[in-house]
Amino acid sequence: MPCGGARIDLFLAAIVIGITNGAFIALIALGYTLVYGIIELINFSHGDLFMLGTFACLTTLTLLGFATEVGIGGTPWWALLAAMLLAMAFCGTLNVLAERIAYRPLRKAPRLAPLISAIGVSFIYVNLGLLWQGPTPRRFPDLLPQYDFVSQMFGLETLVRFTFKDLFVLGLAIPLMLALAWVIRNTRMGKAMRAVAQDSEMASQMGIDVNRVISFTFLLGGILAGAAGLMYGLYNNNTVFTLGFDAGLKAFTAAVLGGIGNVSGAALGGFVLGLLSAIVITFLGGQWDSVGVFSLLVIILVFKPTGLLGQGASD
Amino acid sequence: MRRSSEGWWYTAKGAARDRNIVTTAGAIALALAFPVINQVLNLGWEAKAIPISLFIVLALGLNVVVGFAGLLDLGYAAFFAIGAYSMAFLTSEVSPFAFVREGQPVNFFIAMLISSAVAACFGVLLGAPTLRLRGDYLAIVTLGFGEIVPLVIRNTPEVTKGTQGMNPIGYPEVPGVHFATDPVPWYYLIVAVLMVSVVLTGRLQRSRIGRAWAAMREDEVAAASMGVNLVTTKLFAFSLGASFSGFAGSIWASYLQVIAPEQFRFDVSIFVLVMIILGGLGNIYGVIAGGLILGFVDRIMFDWFSAIVHGIGRATNNSELELTDTSRMRQLLFGVSLVVLMLVRPEGLFPSARRRAELHAAEESETEAAQERAVIEDIE
Repeated sequence: MPCGGARIDLFLAAIVIGITNGAFIALIALGYTLVYGIIELINFSHGDLFMLGTFACLTTLTLLGFATEVGIGGTPWWALLAAMLLAMAFCGTLNVLAERIAYRPLRKAPRLAPLISAIGVSFIYVNLGLLWQGPTPRRFPDLLPQYDFVSQMFGLETLVRFTFKDLFVLGLAIPLMLALAWVIRNTRMGKAMRAVAQDSEMASQMGIDVNRVISFTFLLGGILAGAAGLMYGLYNNNTVFTLGFDAGLKAFTAAVLGGIGNVSGAALGGFVLGLLSAIVITFLGGQWDSVGVFSLLVIILVFKPTGLLGQGASD
Repeated sequence: MRRSSEGWWYTAKGAARDRNIVTTAGAIALALAFPVINQVLNLGWEAKAIPISLFIVLALGLNVVVGFAGLLDLGYAAFFAIGAYSMAFLTSEVSPFAFVREGQPVNFFIAMLISSAVAACFGVLLGAPTLRLRGDYLAIVTLGFGEIVPLVIRNTPEVTKGTQGMNPIGYPEVPGVHFATDPVPWYYLIVAVLMVSVVLTGRLQRSRIGRAWAAMREDEVAAASMGVNLVTTKLFAFSLGASFSGFAGSIWASYLQVIAPEQFRFDVSIFVLVMIILGGLGNIYGVIAGGLILGFVDRIMFDWFSAIVHGIGRATNNSELELTDTSRMRQLLFGVSLVVLMLVRPEGLFPSARRRAELHAAEESETEAAQERAVIEDIE
């Protein structure tokens, strides 16, 4: 009996970890899906942009003097806010610049050309990261309060943890996703985005500045990646320049799972993928994580290429 | 001007054919004489020429998939790994097969063929379900596959020895030739494979299936309505590319004598892709030229570059510069060159005429329109 209890505990613990990890994945996946929805480009460099986001946060926190202090004297909320805003601005700008320099001139070129260009941008980002923080994993300061709601608030003795960190990630990620949904649904720019996604030529004839809308989409994607960077750093307390590749592939898988081009699909896909990956890690071991994720990707693409919520994305 | 589009000499006409024969004969003579030149000039490049020519074989295979059939394969290194490990399984003392371990390794040349067949089978297994997908999805699936293969190899040490790698691996056994100690026979083996690959892919490009690939690449719907079976045509290109990769992998394993999963990461796939894009997708000679240029830059110029950087470091007593690891800049170079190439010359340095036409269709129609206007003005 205790054995069975431990299994259920383990399973529940995996679910909590999965939901929290799903939140980062969903934020990155949104960046993929937004760009794909509007110009049908797999923005290969997006995962690496997220990696640079974690670095931007780390550098900001170091400059503000919170690199070594490990949660002493309370959480410096203003510094976290500054780091997040800076990372958002940094990633947003970088993404817009990449679009301007590397993708826009290729918009009329065959489909493979911008994708290859995006792979090139991804390599450039990885090397920027390498020059910025060096080849070894860097410690990210542990600045959030150490508080576990399950054991400290409710006094339960289980393996399940729902810490302040989980709350922080979810409390930041979910409002961001809602804000994105609001922007797309209710603002003038959001309307223009939807119009361009449907038919960019028609939209431009209706007086919409297509280039501006595309830049704005890249900006939104970059902002979300920057925010995800801060959350990832504070949650996992480490970062490394190779982080982006796996994160990007997972997020892309999530976007495909939800139906690429579909915003709520990407969010859903992120959470589903986070759960799956946590369950794989818990029961099979961390080394099988990526294998599980990629196998899932192949299976989805074979059996339901439109994803959970997509419509007709594959032709 | 039309020469580059012809692909193989027998299709060229008149003077172009003569020029082609001279160029081809010159290239073959140079390739065959290379070890002698190397010895005479004391270049010490024999250890570099082998990987460069092997990677050109890989590039020719990938060119079938990406250049001829227009399928972007980002996990090409996976088939390279499969070929290399097949060779190791069939000939190594640490093979998981008991009969090989107990002193009956498979003959190198048979193992080479088996390895390439195994890689082709994996190509079919991966391709059959996924080739129905649109191009960029295929790119991601192959990328995922390229990640899975080294991971599985690393995670199953009881079969593949994991990160420790497999060593030693069987040598080709030819009486009177010392593959174990001398790099020159390796060079000739790989050059022979390279030449066979050139002839094979060149003839394929001009064959019925090659025309089907071109038609499919340019317009799938039109090709399908003209009776091209898209799935089998794609599958053939994909598995043929995989078999080239497996073939090259088996030779690579035996040449290196030790293989580990880290040797088959994403970088390898990208390196080969950059080769064919640099040279000119779809043009065999362009691909060879691209491979030679990139191989030369990567294996030879980079050594010079590091020597210069380290020399400056020593001269100025700057220990940081002296110990700089210039190999880190390799990837940056790839990244920048990919972006710049796409922006400046998306068709590569030596493009096939057909692809150039595809990529510059818009400009050409503009110039045609301008010519028409000029004609009309003349009449008026």
